[in-house]
Amino acid sequence: MIYSLFYHLGRYVSLLRLMISKPEKWSMYWKETMRQMNDIGIGSLVIVCLIALFIGAVSAVQFAYQLKDAPVPMYYTGYIVRDMTIIELAPTITCLVLAGKVGSNIAAEIGGMRQKEQIDALEIMGVNTASYLVLPKLLAALIVIPMLVAIAAFVSIVGGYLASVPTGMVTDSEYVLGLRSFFLPYNVFMMFVKAVSFGFILTSVSCYQGFFVKGGSIELGRASTNAVVVSDVMILLADYVITLSLT
Amino acid sequence: MIRAVNIKKSFGDVEVLKGISTVFEKGKTNLIIGRSGAGKTVFLKILVSLLEPTEGEIWYDDVNITQLNKRQLIDVRKQIGMLFQGSALFDSMTVEENIRFPLDMFTKMTKKEKEMRVDERIEVVNLEGSNNKYPGEISGGMQKRVGIARAIVLNPKYLFCDEPNSGLDPKTSLVIDELIQEITQVNQMTTIINTHDMNSVMEIGANINFLHLGKLAWKGNKNMVLESDNELLQDFIFASPFLQRLRKRALGK
Ligand SMILES: Nc1ncnc2c1ncn2[C@@H]1O[C@H](COP(=O)(O)OP(=O)(O)OP(=O)(O)O)[C@@H](O)[C@H]1O
Ligand SMILES: [Mg+2]
Repeated sequence: MIYSLFYHLGRYVSLLRLMISKPEKWSMYWKETMRQMNDIGIGSLVIVCLIALFIGAVSAVQFAYQLKDAPVPMYYTGYIVRDMTIIELAPTITCLVLAGKVGSNIAAEIGGMRQKEQIDALEIMGVNTASYLVLPKLLAALIVIPMLVAIAAFVSIVGGYLASVPTGMVTDSEYVLGLRSFFLPYNVFMMFVKAVSFGFILTSVSCYQGFFVKGGSIELGRASTNAVVVSDVMILLADYVITLSLT
Repeated sequence: MIRAVNIKKSFGDVEVLKGISTVFEKGKTNLIIGRSGAGKTVFLKILVSLLEPTEGEIWYDDVNITQLNKRQLIDVRKQIGMLFQGSALFDSMTVEENIRFPLDMFTKMTKKEKEMRVDERIEVVNLEGSNNKYPGEISGGMQKRVGIARAIVLNPKYLFCDEPNSGLDPKTSLVIDELIQEITQVNQMTTIINTHDMNSVMEIGANINFLHLGKLAWKGNKNMVLESDNELLQDFIFASPFLQRLRKRALGK
């Protein structure tokens, strides 16, 4: 158990180290990065927005309900929804979802390339496979995932509004007042720190799982599951550590 | 020319290759033949340094590639073309993009030059009209031919083919064999082919290495196969009673 932990950690770190090298050809890496940005970003936009919308809606309704008989002004609903989503829900939930969608996809893609000898083929041509297969995905994720998280935060807040204002739980001016109260830009910074860290974790872990696949389709399925499970656990751990150290 | 010197390879306790020494000549189609599990693929992967031998040396002309570091190895690899058993085409790219990939990655050719080179190779492997298809949309034999085109697009000095004929009908096999032989002779490449296809052996076997249980059991060319009295070889090549009868008749026995 301890042995296997260190074994994986060592191989993971050495994969990342191999990744850092001068690309054979910048334009090829850039092209691949664009393809990945499209896959990760556009491909995940709908699901991320959908989930964010409902999370915002549920948070708002729930806080309105909790605050109803409490000696706290109603406009706190907007304030709490805003900060909950920015600091915690938008980055964490979005990245957990992306680990499931993008992570498993990455692991399956790279793992499939390994099994069909495509990685060997690249290697034989003289391509640095660790770099060519991982770096563009990582770059794309680090650019696109913070954008998705920011969109998710925005959509959540809109979702909160849509769920609580038309139903008369909170008035329009209360919700907006809440949104504009006690705003700390630092919280947005925290959101981006989380988004970047989680994006790095889910992409690199998934690449790792795919890169070292052996055997057949059963192992491929397992790698894809592992990518999601390990990413999720690591994201939650990192969430805790970041929250502890930044608040 | 490629030279293997006393190559041994073990996986755990199992010794798969037990000391193989041989020479693969330039401008010829060099074959590695042997039963399934004889160690052909392992040997080929050692020859191209995808696997490290437990013992022994591989020489490409006068360079010992088992001694090279990663950077030097990459330089050697730019002179290697390889066709994989399953073709190993990139699924996200079209036929044309697959063939062009090594050019895009490693050369400073202009778009026009690349286009010309790719078209030329597509013509060599008879795949005109399939430029914009994806690997999933063409047959196994066509994939193999795309694989060959990709392997030779950079004019490699060394060409490796792992079972270029497996899964193909005899006629297509022959086309691919002749194609490889022609490219080899015209460009004076050192070509090494793994096969257990008897037609290939008798058609393009300019230098045949027969592996048996991890050892080099016989070496020769296609003209020597018929007369050889090596029983292991005869057993392997003329496996069916039908072929055995044919051989007897050919030898006038
Ligand atoms: N990575 C590996 N780990 C352990 N054993 C291996 C590995 N690769 C190959 N072997 C073993 O080495 C032996 C030779 O395998 P190899 O793939 O070279 O056979 P082959 O001659 O290419 O057969 P075929 O004609 O069926 O392709 C087999 O017994 C196989 O089990
Ligand atoms: Mg084989």
